[in-house]
Amino acid sequence: MKTRMFVSSVSAVLALSLIAFFVLRTSAKSNIKSSTIEVQVDNFSFGVGTLNVPTNSTVTWVNKDDVPHTVTSTDGLFKSKALDTDDKYAYTFTKPGTYSYYCTIHPKMVGKIVVR
Amino acid sequence: MTKKNQLNAEASGLLRYDHNNDGINRRGFLKCMAWAGTGAVCLIEAGVLKSYPLGQQIGKKAQSHRDARFSFVQISDSHMGFNKLANPDVVATLKAAVNRISALPNQPDFILHTGDISHLSKPSEFDNVDQILKATNKEIFFVPGEHDVLNDDGAMFRERYSKKSKGQGWYSFEKNGIHFIALVNVMDLKPGGLGTLGNQQLEWIKDDVHHLKSSTPIVVFAHMPLWSIYPQWGWGTEDAAQALSNLKRFGSVTVLNGHIHQTMQKVEGNVTFHTAFSTAFPQPAPGNAEGPGPMKVPAGQLHNVLGITDIHYVQGRHALGLVDSSLT
Repeated sequence: MKTRMFVSSVSAVLALSLIAFFVLRTSAKSNIKSSTIEVQVDNFSFGVGTLNVPTNSTVTWVNKDDVPHTVTSTDGLFKSKALDTDDKYAYTFTKPGTYSYYCTIHPKMVGKIVVR
Repeated sequence: MTKKNQLNAEASGLLRYDHNNDGINRRGFLKCMAWAGTGAVCLIEAGVLKSYPLGQQIGKKAQSHRDARFSFVQISDSHMGFNKLANPDVVATLKAAVNRISALPNQPDFILHTGDISHLSKPSEFDNVDQILKATNKEIFFVPGEHDVLNDDGAMFRERYSKKSKGQGWYSFEKNGIHFIALVNVMDLKPGGLGTLGNQQLEWIKDDVHHLKSSTPIVVFAHMPLWSIYPQWGWGTEDAAQALSNLKRFGSVTVLNGHIHQTMQKVEGNVTFHTAFSTAFPQPAPGNAEGPGPMKVPAGQLHNVLGITDIHYVQGRHALGLVDSSLT
C-alpha cells in the first residue's frame, strides 16, 4: 500500500511538472507576444535604419520632430495619417518578413523593420 | 579698400554693366543678388542692372519707367499652424510680409504663392492665410506644397485655390504678355525620392507651350525646386529636366520655387532659377545641419531671414529682375 501511494504521488508530481513545464513555455511565448518597441522620429529620420523585432511585436512610432511626418509602407500594408509633434502610430507585425516604409511628406526618410 | 567701403562706393555710384541685347551679365546679376540682404536693391532699368541703397531714390527712378514695366510678388511657405521654437507666431510674420508688399514703391499687379500655405492641411489654417492675404487687395495664384496635400491627395487644395486646374492641380495663364505655368511636384512622392511632376503633367506642359512664340517670356512656379540644390535633403525634382527641355527655345524663362526657406539663385543660359524666403521660419543652408528642419535663429534676427520677392518685367527686356527683401 505504501509503495502504491509512493508511486501515485511520484506520478502526480511528474504529471504536474510536465503540465507546469508546458504552461511556463506557453506563457513565455505570450510575454514575447505583448512586447512593444518604440521608434523616435526626429530630425527628418526614423532613427536606426533597420529594426529587428520578433514576430507579433507592436512597433510604435512617436514623432519628436517639429514638422509632421507619416509612416507609410512601401507595399501598401500600413499607412499613418500625418503625425504632428508627439503624435503616435502603432502597427503590429504578425508575419515574419522585411517591411520597408517611408514618409510620404519627406520621401528621403526611409526605414525598415525585419520581423523574425 | 575694405569690402564694406567698396560696397558703399559701388552702391552710391551705381553699378553698371554692359549688356548685349538678350539680357543681364550673369556675374553682375549674381553679384547684385548677393547684396539683397544688406539693404541694397538691384533693379533692371532700360536693360541696365543698377543698384540703390534701400530707401533712397528707388521710388522716383522706378516711377519714370512705370509705363514700361509691371511687377508681381512671390511669397512662399507661410506654414500657417506652425508654432514651435523657430517661430511661435507665423501669423505675425505673414502680416509683416503683407506690410512689406504694401510698402513697395511700385505696387505689384498680383502675387504668386509657391506653396506650404498651411502646415497641416487644416481648413482653419487655409482660412487664416486667406484672411491675412486679403489685406493685399491683390489677385493671388497658388501652387501646393507637400504640407498642403496631407489628407486627401490635394482635393481640398484644388477646390480652394485652383478650381480650373488640370490633373493634380496644374494650370497656366497670361499676364501682360508673360506666360505663367503653375506646376505641382509634391504628389505621389516615391520612397527615397525627390519632387516629381509625372508623365501626365509633362505631357501637358509640352502641349501648353507648343503654340507660343519663342519670344514669349515664361514664368514657371512650383513648390519644390526644379533644379538640383541638395538631393540628400530632397531638394530637387526628379523629372524637372524633361519639363525644362520643353522651354529650351524660349528667350526668357524664370523658375520660381519655395520649399527650402532661403533665397537661392542660379542662372543657366536663358533660364533664371530662384527660391524664395519663407514667411514662417528659416531652414539651414544645404548640409549645415542634421536635417532640413525649422532653424532657430538668435532673438531679434527672425525678420532678417524671412521675406518676399519683388519681380519686375520691363517690356522688350528678356530677363526679369528679381529682388529679395527680408521683413526688416
